[in-house]
Amino acid sequence: MAISPIAMATRQPLPWTPLVVAVDHCKGCELCVAACPKAVLALDRSRVNLLGYHSVVLTDATACTSCALCARVCPDAVFTVWAAPREERR
Amino acid sequence: MTLHARSSSVETQRAAAARLVYRKPDVLIDRATHYCPGCGHGVIHRLLAEVMTDLDLPAHTIAVAPVGCAVFIYDYLDVDFVEAPHGRAPAVATGIRRVRPEAFVLTYQGDGDLAAIGTAEIVHAAARGERITAIFVNNGIYGMTGGQMAPTTLLGQRTTSSPSGRDAELMGYPIRITEMLAQLPGVTYAARGSVADAGSIGRLKVMIRRACQVQIEGGGFAIVEVLSNCPVGWGMTPQESLEHLKGSVAEAYPLGVIVDRSAPSTARPAAAAATNPEA
Amino acid sequence: MAPRQEIEIGLRRTEAELEAGRRARVLMKGNEAIAEAAIQAGCDAYFGYPITPQAELLEWMARRMPEVGRVFVQAESELGAINMALGAAATGARVMVSSSSPGISLMAEAMSYMAGSGTPMVLVNVMRAGPGLGGIGPSQSDYFQATKGHGHGDYRVPVLAPASIGEAMKLMATAFELAERYRTPVMLVADGILGQAMEPVELRFRTPERQAFDWALTGAAGRPARIVKSLDLDPEVLERRNLALQQKYREIARHETRWEGWQLADAEFAIVAYGTAARVARSAIARAREKGMKVGLFRPITLWPFPERELARMSRQLHGILTVELSSGQMIEDVRLAVEGRCPVAFHGRMGGLVPTPDEVLGALKALRGRVERTRTTTSHDPATEHHPGDASANGTGVRTGARRRGRG
Repeated sequence: MAISPIAMATRQPLPWTPLVVAVDHCKGCELCVAACPKAVLALDRSRVNLLGYHSVVLTDATACTSCALCARVCPDAVFTVWAAPREERR
Repeated sequence: MTLHARSSSVETQRAAAARLVYRKPDVLIDRATHYCPGCGHGVIHRLLAEVMTDLDLPAHTIAVAPVGCAVFIYDYLDVDFVEAPHGRAPAVATGIRRVRPEAFVLTYQGDGDLAAIGTAEIVHAAARGERITAIFVNNGIYGMTGGQMAPTTLLGQRTTSSPSGRDAELMGYPIRITEMLAQLPGVTYAARGSVADAGSIGRLKVMIRRACQVQIEGGGFAIVEVLSNCPVGWGMTPQESLEHLKGSVAEAYPLGVIVDRSAPSTARPAAAAATNPEA
Repeated sequence: MAPRQEIEIGLRRTEAELEAGRRARVLMKGNEAIAEAAIQAGCDAYFGYPITPQAELLEWMARRMPEVGRVFVQAESELGAINMALGAAATGARVMVSSSSPGISLMAEAMSYMAGSGTPMVLVNVMRAGPGLGGIGPSQSDYFQATKGHGHGDYRVPVLAPASIGEAMKLMATAFELAERYRTPVMLVADGILGQAMEPVELRFRTPERQAFDWALTGAAGRPARIVKSLDLDPEVLERRNLALQQKYREIARHETRWEGWQLADAEFAIVAYGTAARVARSAIARAREKGMKVGLFRPITLWPFPERELARMSRQLHGILTVELSSGQMIEDVRLAVEGRCPVAFHGRMGGLVPTPDEVLGALKALRGRVERTRTTTSHDPATEHHPGDASANGTGVRTGARRRGRG
């Protein structure tokens, strides 16, 4: 289960993030990168996951609109998508 | 089309005030799959999991796994599974259906499994109007065994067993088996979708949902053919393979509902697609 | 655990049984009696395909199963039928398929799958002459197919061989019991005669009680999902699965071996035969006894597990054994393995759908006795020089080449 940082630390408020990635399930196919309307997804070439791939990473959380298109095209169901808390919604 | 998944853990997030937009359904087992990067099987498995969750099916589903890349589907969908010999899933499902009237019976097959060795089984399950939901993944290749030609391989397409391209003289023409099946009165619903892009995936989910509802509502045989990609087998990057899927593959295999005999105003059967062998 | 030695051959009964039998006796065709026995044994679903000489079994099921509210499907082929059975059986239903030799060949792969995944079901083979399309006459030429594994991989399947319609009816319940107790496909082999003949039988049936299966696929409501499969790509895991299978087979051999002996107590010679061949052997034995020849019948009821220990023990007291089969001689190999050269093993058989006559068997018995007496009077007794099995019609399948051999064929 992709553990959302919020779930992990619900006691004190954390900077909010729209996307949680199951890093070790990603195979770096980049289909989400192409599908993201805001082009804020990219492969993290600085590290390799358990499967031996560069996994995807959100490059700019503020630009993400939580549209979940990435989750829709992802063959490995790596994304958990959250919408911004009401007051902070842009 | 908003993607949503009921999730029991959402309540615990109340304090965080963030709202969950999408989370993978629990019935899709939380593990990395063996599929190649960008392979459409993963998307189809996820759509199945979402539809089954939406329709509350997992608790009484008995599913039939094929022989092919998706032979390990039972490691990814958390429902009861039986493994069928290559091509025989429709017969295995018939046996299940007949002795377990209350079960939701699902088959999942690739193009070699269904349209080559299993042709007799799928034709007769459809002809008998077995109350089964059949998912047919057409990626035009035998993936698990290393990329050989399948009955749905396009003319001219290179595979490891059609190295200089599929030549109709020697290797015959691609089979549009779902159109063939749609002629049979026992088939209540037959449609063809694609995983080519977000829009297609959305429409595909609607088709899969419809094919499951047909069974729930006591209709006859329901089948959804899914045009899917095989980056490794086709020798393309994942993105290129989806472009190819949108291009010549979709041209050879027209998308849409082919027949829906369940709807009150029965949608007219698909225009008998002129089987243009040179597609 | 069933008694090791189940002496309940339809032909021989105690007086009480005869009396009881007379009341509920009816003339039935073998195929139909087997089908009704399966229904009475609680068969939930039957899948079949038309083929002679088994068609009446399918027809009986076509009429009766709907009557009792159960499943009958005539499949698109034997391939379809056996795979439907695989699916139905995986949900814990009591399932049966029937066919005849060529059809059974089409079922080989699925049988291997069911052996590997531990799926119980019963397959009835009403054997006909082969190979290929062969003929529709009675035959036992599927012995190898049934006992040595029809499909691929290290697996065995219990094989029950009735010698009468009455016994076939009894063994149907036994077949379902064995299948469910050991989670394995089970075969019942009859032949064209048993299938087509009509005999007076008693309408007495048995319904093995049901057990809850913790592996059956019923929908994972409130429990973890279950998988019925035979695939394991990890050799370590697959070997463990195979070792478990072999342990199961040793278990079956230890507890479920069935055979019947007749007039063996004082026997100097014995005929080993099953099914219809055993019936012919009984007539021949009766005649041989009239001529003062001490002959008995050793009749395997389970072709697998073959009663090898019992036959081995028996062979110590015998001067010679004659195997009689409706084939070129297949069971004879298991007989020789059991006997291990302790006494000569001769053969008499007919093929093509022909059935050996008691006279032919009597002749073969006399030839065997002659040979034994000759070898007893000559000094050396070298089994290697023995007459190769195979009589006038069944040419020996000798492997030794060279003209020298041909003369003695």
